[in-house]
Amino acid sequence: MATVVTPEGERYVERLDRVWAERPGLLGWITTTDHKRIGILYFFTSLLLFGAGGLEALLIRTQLIGPNGHVLSPETYNQVFTMHGITMIFLFVIPMTTGAFGNYLVPLMIGARDMAFPRLNALSYWIFLGSAIFIYTGLASGHAPDAGWFDYVPLASKAYDPGTNIDFYGYGLIFNGIASTATAINIIVTIFKLRAPGMSFNRMPLFCFAFLAVSFSLVFALPSLSVATLFLELDRQLGFHFYDVAHGGDPLLWQNLFWIFGHPEVYIIILPAFGIATAIIPTFTHRKMVLFPLVALAELLVAFLGFGVWVHHMFVVGFSTLTTIYFAAASLIIVIPSAIQLFAWITTILTGKPEFTTPLLWIIGFIVYFIIGGLSGITVAAIPFDQQVEDSYYIVAHFHFVIFGAAVFPILGGIYFWFPKVTGRLYHEGAGKLSFWLTFMGTFVTFFPMHILGLLGMPRRVYTYAPNMGWTFLNALQSAGSYLLAVGLLLIVANLVYSYFRGLPAGNDPWGGDTLEWSTSSPPPAYNYTVIPTVTSPYPMWDEQDRQADNRRLERGEGVLDLGHETPVSTVQDANLDEIVALPPHSIWPFVSGLAVAGIFAMLLLHHYFIALGFLVVGAVVLFAWHHRDAEA
Amino acid sequence: MVRGLGIGISVACVLLLAGCGRQSTLSPRSPQTHAIRTLWWWMLAAATVVFLGAVTMLILAWVTRGRKGLPFFGEREPVAQGLVVVFGIAIPIVALIALFGGADVYLVGQTAPPGPRTTALTIQVVGHQWWWEIHYPGTRAVTANEIHIPVNTRVNVVTTTADVIHSFWVPQLARKIDLVPGRRNRILLYASRPGVYRGQCAEFCGLQHAHMSLEVVAQPAQAYRAWLADMTSPAPPATGAAAATGLHLFMADQCASCHQIRGTSASGTVGPDLTHLASRRTLAAATIPNVPGELERWILNPQNIKPGDRMPDLGLPRSQVKDIVTYLDGLK
Repeated sequence: MATVVTPEGERYVERLDRVWAERPGLLGWITTTDHKRIGILYFFTSLLLFGAGGLEALLIRTQLIGPNGHVLSPETYNQVFTMHGITMIFLFVIPMTTGAFGNYLVPLMIGARDMAFPRLNALSYWIFLGSAIFIYTGLASGHAPDAGWFDYVPLASKAYDPGTNIDFYGYGLIFNGIASTATAINIIVTIFKLRAPGMSFNRMPLFCFAFLAVSFSLVFALPSLSVATLFLELDRQLGFHFYDVAHGGDPLLWQNLFWIFGHPEVYIIILPAFGIATAIIPTFTHRKMVLFPLVALAELLVAFLGFGVWVHHMFVVGFSTLTTIYFAAASLIIVIPSAIQLFAWITTILTGKPEFTTPLLWIIGFIVYFIIGGLSGITVAAIPFDQQVEDSYYIVAHFHFVIFGAAVFPILGGIYFWFPKVTGRLYHEGAGKLSFWLTFMGTFVTFFPMHILGLLGMPRRVYTYAPNMGWTFLNALQSAGSYLLAVGLLLIVANLVYSYFRGLPAGNDPWGGDTLEWSTSSPPPAYNYTVIPTVTSPYPMWDEQDRQADNRRLERGEGVLDLGHETPVSTVQDANLDEIVALPPHSIWPFVSGLAVAGIFAMLLLHHYFIALGFLVVGAVVLFAWHHRDAEA
Repeated sequence: MVRGLGIGISVACVLLLAGCGRQSTLSPRSPQTHAIRTLWWWMLAAATVVFLGAVTMLILAWVTRGRKGLPFFGEREPVAQGLVVVFGIAIPIVALIALFGGADVYLVGQTAPPGPRTTALTIQVVGHQWWWEIHYPGTRAVTANEIHIPVNTRVNVVTTTADVIHSFWVPQLARKIDLVPGRRNRILLYASRPGVYRGQCAEFCGLQHAHMSLEVVAQPAQAYRAWLADMTSPAPPATGAAAATGLHLFMADQCASCHQIRGTSASGTVGPDLTHLASRRTLAAATIPNVPGELERWILNPQNIKPGDRMPDLGLPRSQVKDIVTYLDGLK
């Protein structure tokens, strides 16, 4: 724990250990409701899927390494680039950020003992896992989605894509959306209600502001995608005409619904990165964030404004000039809250005393690539230019700098940053830095030339190109860059695996971090904190007297809350102590519910609608059992 | 300075990549694409300044890593906050207003669809998986994957699609426009110099999206009129025994069920009109050059050149294919 525990304190710790104990072995993982274990499950699952998405990317780059490539057939290429997009967005970044980082860190940072709904949390993981297996079954059976992650109709309609390919996409994303929505709601309620006494909103870590913003975006954006995919499956399976021009439908309805989800989605992807950056920067610059309240506001504003810009994905579909101008203006406005955060990070680093350790390097890399991706983003808010480069490799360059350079770099930095907390070991600093530089250079060489290729007229999503287009050299260069990038990423994995077994002990707080998670042991106990901490500033770990007070309270048994899975509930705004609630303990029912949901979707795909209904009934019965509350579950 | 930079990069580009201009937005041949390129160089210059400025701050952070605070100003929080307000709010607002005014208010008219009665000629483009059908309204001329326009003439292009969404993009001459089912999107096409300009489908449209290109041939008005007159006429008769055999095979076999040759009984509408096939520069949507050897290779095994294409492998013996090629080669 945070301190040398006195014999009095030891008694409370033993009692907490007993109260919060979960089942041993594999069963323990299946029945767990511990947000940290669920976070770890999310981490390894999404990391594995990141590997799959990365392999798909390498296949794409290998196919395009030279003109008239024959590594993949057009059919396979289309499946691979579609799966790359779906995987990276739905099966890697969202589960990795909200599922792994959010789950593991949000309760710790706000001084809570678990998420607000621990069993819902477990359920969302099992549903996510089910949806990932569901979608990848498509690829394994050779019928992966093949109309792009954007899945435009009518190409994705039954007439042009009669196989089950698109159904893996349609049902899979509805399936997956349940998990993301559940996690998002859980994070919102957790942040609103479970903050440690004293952590009023103005003292909440910026990391949590980012995750709050992301969760709200998910809750409001995902319904649009679910409706779009539901309409798609109704069109495909039951002959509805939502998108069918011949019967009064409109393919642009799909595009509108998709991008009403799809653009907030971009901020859903990048906001956690902002949050991670705001956690790492103060720690390694040894100073508070410049303009903390403005940065918090900017995080929320980005998420909010992100809902008003979707038509900038549709500047060439033939809308009126006035419509495009409105959305171009909205897109430009969003630059302001982004620029506020950007210069707040830079100024904090500049005016602090930065230690250029591995996590901070990733954040510097993130800042550099976020500037590049942001600037190229501004250029495509210039409508005439966008109408020229839309659907060209220029766009691929733009969003890879944003999504890979800016969103994934902080995830990688965050993995290094919190590795000691999660494992209790330090990673290898030299290898960490090397992995950063390899990945940084690999990213640049892979994605920067794509700007030029786009300007030279190379369209996106082509499985090959002719040798006389002037695109050959840059494509070869990019492919070489992608291999370098892969080496950098593999070195991260090697470093962490090595460090897990051989790393030096980390202690509670190897970095001098500013947020609460550094006050507990590494790894934290099941109940996170023996004493519910009290908070008086946004940098609780730098308030030494508060932390010493926590230790004295442990000796007195004050705020230990050991009568079950207890955690304090506080008021939304000021975080005054409201009541103590007992959270439900571990349970098998979330796993069983997850299986029932998977059964529903599998049967829908196979057109066994009555069996699907059966699984629905099973799911309802399970929910009943779930709420029949007993201590052993 | 911007122009100089542009020329410098263009030269570097030409040196690095032979033939870099075939489909390049950086070699514009119309006023609108020229304006877009100018906009691009200005944006690149401004973006470079911003990027270098921000990176300089990061480098400065590394140089002064040993001490807190700013050079000269020290640890004064209001100065740090001022930096965020100036670089994060004030300067972006000014720059974005300038960009919005320049690009989205002033220049945007350049890429808007042409106004009524401002064009001298209308062309209809119909997108198909995976080729382009071109009509010249008011004439009987129908062609495929090759658009001829008179130089220095405002051309109104009306687009529709026969199946999925495609996007018409000839980067040197115009912005792109999507071909959306149920819509008749229009775009201005203009070439200020004679030449051949390559275009390509920009919206993912399935298996052969990569091989859905076209060429725009801009020519002097007189040459254009002569070409259009040729296109309007029916196909010339087959000359010679081989061509006659080819004609017979074409009509008897599956060819005629998909392709039209005006002046013969071939009236299929699934594939491109072949009435004046021999006058075209390319085959298979600008995938291969239109020379007899390539045409033979295409008819023998189209699925090898465009896997998944609607043109099937017919399994014809090579001798018959040669006769068909001889016939088609006479369709000037």
